[in-house]
Amino acid sequence: MITTANRVQGGIFTIMVVRVTDPYDPAFDRDLAEQVARSPGFFADAPVVLDLKDCLGCTSVADYTALKQMLRRHRLIPVGVQNASALQLRAAHAVDLAAFSGAGQNGGRRPAAERSATPPARPRLVTEPVRSGTQIYARGSDLIVVAPVSPGAEVIADGHIHIYGALRGRAIAGAGGDQSARIFVHRLEAELLAIAGRYLVSEAIAPEYLHQPVQVALIDEHLRILPGWSATRSAAAG
Amino acid sequence: MGKVIVVTSGKGGVGKTTTSAAVATGLALRGHRTVVIDFDVGLRNLDLVMGCERRVVFDFINVINGDANLNQALIRDKRIENLYVFPTSQTRDKDALKRDGVDRVMTELKKTFDYIICDSPAGIEHGALTALYHADSAIIVTNPEVSSVRDSDRIIGMLASKTRRAEKREKPVEEHLLLTRYSPERVRKGEMLSVDDVKEILSVPLLGIIPESETVLKASNTGMPVILDADSPAGRAYEDAVARFLGEQREMRFVMPERKNFLRGWFGRAAS
Repeated sequence: MITTANRVQGGIFTIMVVRVTDPYDPAFDRDLAEQVARSPGFFADAPVVLDLKDCLGCTSVADYTALKQMLRRHRLIPVGVQNASALQLRAAHAVDLAAFSGAGQNGGRRPAAERSATPPARPRLVTEPVRSGTQIYARGSDLIVVAPVSPGAEVIADGHIHIYGALRGRAIAGAGGDQSARIFVHRLEAELLAIAGRYLVSEAIAPEYLHQPVQVALIDEHLRILPGWSATRSAAAG
Repeated sequence: MGKVIVVTSGKGGVGKTTTSAAVATGLALRGHRTVVIDFDVGLRNLDLVMGCERRVVFDFINVINGDANLNQALIRDKRIENLYVFPTSQTRDKDALKRDGVDRVMTELKKTFDYIICDSPAGIEHGALTALYHADSAIIVTNPEVSSVRDSDRIIGMLASKTRRAEKREKPVEEHLLLTRYSPERVRKGEMLSVDDVKEILSVPLLGIIPESETVLKASNTGMPVILDADSPAGRAYEDAVARFLGEQREMRFVMPERKNFLRGWFGRAAS
């Protein structure tokens, strides 16, 4: 029940940070394109905070407008800025970008792809069948599905994905770049498997793994399917 | 207070209108005051299948727009007491289904009818979504064929998220799977998905299995819902389905291939 007392509450969110150098630099555009292409489904309409620590521009409304257009092309929605100078902040406010504190970042080397490397949040639990056309994304955590995943459905997680049922759709683990993420499936009939941007389509899965319980892991930069629950054997990828 | 049943599928041409007509008739035959509504604006078929196409004066869209009231538009079935048909417009399209108009109509219908069957159009756009919005129950019509199963799965996903019950976090819509155009012989040959295959993929309780039957075409052409055809296996199967919907236990018929029996010629069709 919403009351006056609880109408405005604190919230904690995991948001990606995009480091801006020169908003008009084509290399910036290319970098974003490349990053987005590596993690299908993850970047769709995602909110981002712009880190302006290494940015000399972004001091005018025109700069931000151009930047917003470019980000939108990559399906990213800027919601704020951090490490901004007073001038940058003034222009940012004029285009409805909020100020975020710079304290939450790790040494400013790589954006949140690394930050989500160890997802601390409790796994998300799904107990109803994931129907065709549905997309479930467990941001910053593992995903546990105790039901079948239909063809045409997508289950996505920054951490591991555990499916206690048949996987007939797509499973995308380590969506934020965590290469140690795995996919555990009770019955493999997947359309597509992906971990941290590397993927295997259904056709490429060896027939002996179909309908079987398997683990999928990224080993030496390749997606490997491990039959059963043995962690030590590494069979050839399908 | 009336119960709203949507007959939907996602895929087109699987038997929604045939089913809506048969189920509405079946419920009315059992004494329930029933109305069946055509939501397929622009491509209306329900009036043909119910045999009342020559008595349509006002339709669903007229009532939504306030050009006529409900009593002027509802058509009483000539054969069965308690059964009413609410046809839709052939000249307009799905955009004419205005949300508040539909809400008003449904509220009024719920006051005087026990069951309100909504015959949905195919697809997942405005027409289909409007048809399923008020549902308390859903009959998901599926052919034992891969495209139909995938589309049914999609529409089941929408029943869980795009209905009034889902929005208001009320008890979820009761889902019932109806397998239509089933041919046990083709299943045996491996040409068609079996009941178990479909049940496993969709995970929805099975309401009934309607066998493929020439009598369905005959029913459409004569404007007589197939459940009224005493010689039709499909009609018998619809009767079973209606019984199960009302809580009765009925064994699933028409699931096994018929054994060719030369004695048949002598003793006539065996009851199955």
